[in-house]
Amino acid sequence: MDSLFKERKKRLDIFHQWRKKPAPKPKEMPDHVFQTCSHCHASIPMMDLVKNQYVCPECRYPFKISARERLRQITDEKTFKEMDASMISIDPENFPGYKEKLDRMQKATGMKEAVITGTAKIMGNPCVLAVMDSHFFMGSMSAAVGEKITRAIETATKKKLPIVIFCTSGGARMQEGILSLVQMAKTSAAIARHKEAGLLVITVLTHPTTGGVSASFAMLGDIILSEPYALIGFAGKRVIEDTIHEKLPADFQTAEFVLEKGFIDRIVSRSKMRSTLGWLLAFHTKRSLS
Amino acid sequence: MNLKEAQRAISEIKARQMELDEKDIDTWYQYQKQIRKLEQETTLTAWDHVELARRPDRPKARDYIELLFHDFFELHGDRRSGDDPAMLTGLATFHGIPVTILAQSKGKTTEENLRQHFGMCQPEGYRKALRLAKEAEKFHRPIITFVDTPGAYPGKEAEEKGQAEAIADCLCTFATLKTPVICFVLSEGGSGGALALSVADRIFMLEYAVYSILSPEGFASILWKDGSRVKEACEVMKLTSADLLEKGVIDQIVPEPFGGAASHIHQVVEKMDQMLRKALVETMKKKDNQLIQERYDRFRHLGDTSWKMSR
Ligand SMILES: [Zn+2]
Repeated sequence: MDSLFKERKKRLDIFHQWRKKPAPKPKEMPDHVFQTCSHCHASIPMMDLVKNQYVCPECRYPFKISARERLRQITDEKTFKEMDASMISIDPENFPGYKEKLDRMQKATGMKEAVITGTAKIMGNPCVLAVMDSHFFMGSMSAAVGEKITRAIETATKKKLPIVIFCTSGGARMQEGILSLVQMAKTSAAIARHKEAGLLVITVLTHPTTGGVSASFAMLGDIILSEPYALIGFAGKRVIEDTIHEKLPADFQTAEFVLEKGFIDRIVSRSKMRSTLGWLLAFHTKRSLS
Repeated sequence: MNLKEAQRAISEIKARQMELDEKDIDTWYQYQKQIRKLEQETTLTAWDHVELARRPDRPKARDYIELLFHDFFELHGDRRSGDDPAMLTGLATFHGIPVTILAQSKGKTTEENLRQHFGMCQPEGYRKALRLAKEAEKFHRPIITFVDTPGAYPGKEAEEKGQAEAIADCLCTFATLKTPVICFVLSEGGSGGALALSVADRIFMLEYAVYSILSPEGFASILWKDGSRVKEACEVMKLTSADLLEKGVIDQIVPEPFGGAASHIHQVVEKMDQMLRKALVETMKKKDNQLIQERYDRFRHLGDTSWKMSR
């Protein structure tokens, strides 16, 4: 009984601490005091999670985070300058229910679209960043997302800066049909030009990176990093199982699986992501023999 | 009048035409006029387009290749891991000039289709296309692609061999390929698997072909969790050749006879021949830089109507 009391008091303290601490963007803070890890099912106090960059302290599973939180973790303080912040999707075809869903997404996430782009420094190294967010429409690639990413790449090419793209997406935005699909070609063409200009492309695949995004810029990095356990693949698991009439192994299409198959360079934990990117960016700057 | 009714009425008239006395040319001509009228008055739904595109007797890439070029010389293998029979590739001559052909190839028989996965390519298929595209670039030889696939093959091995990487590589490589690329969409174009061969300087689409983000069945089941709402999906998907022309995704429609290319393939091939010839004349005289810039621009502004800057 005593221990139960203590436990409850501890939890309450954590709760109060958490409530007292002003969150930078309250809208984006999950409102649960405890979070259950979807990987090991442990119940993790919110405070521990926040302190641990939203990585499960038990099993190191990285929780889904918002693009804003990602920017806080990766960029040097006050260096991020957002581009095209006001770009929104419109629905010229009046697709049934699309406008309402966009509206709901914007209200729920405080975001305008599924990607945030801009210039920033990572450990002193300037770059252009595009960070996708799966809270918004599963990170699906609308024409606006394609446009923002293309502009980010073009800006990087023009300024002779490296481009770093954090990917997370369920694929194309169904409601936008073929014009969503062709964003794959548009973004890939921009990457092709950036590469031809001799400039660096780093992509970081986070959970999940599938469909049209995996089959375009995500797989086009000079260096492709991934977070642990991320789902990475083109076709959906269920579609494959229905096609081949066979159950797929549990680790199928995980980052670890894709690394073994040779399609990504490294798996990098969240705590090492900033320093890894910083090192890679610095490594690719022009230097003279000392 | 809908397509099924019209087709029934037309076949009745044709039967009556067959019974006519050989000298009764006037009546025959009257019947012919009735048929034309029926054809003109028929409005096709998007679902009709899908059904026409999927007709088993619809000509396949190999049929068009054999009629457009008389010396097709097939080449095999991606030089990495295999040879995908769903990707038919090779060399041919078109009105005196050498071209490279990359075609998604559906089979004619069940056996062929099992082997060729109904035109659904695997990574080795896309890599075979890439290998030959680079070979074509080396000799500055125009590339003709034929798109005819429900999508990339969703198999276990396909994922293990990097389906996503193979498609992405196509999109990236074709964007800066220094030789003209002309694309024909033959019947079905689905998802990234079709897009991989569509990064081209000219995209022509057969009138009854459909081109979409994924199959109408997949669309209905993903969006509405109900795969049976296929017809409804077709209507909102905007997947007909007219829709794609309006959106600027394709450049021109290849007209087909009523009921589809199967009935008069030569008529369709003649039209394709003219369009291909014109496209090659236009693109081959361009300097590499201009060609690539224009190819970039054609994709750069697709979707500009779908976003705006808010206040
Ligand atoms: Zn855990």
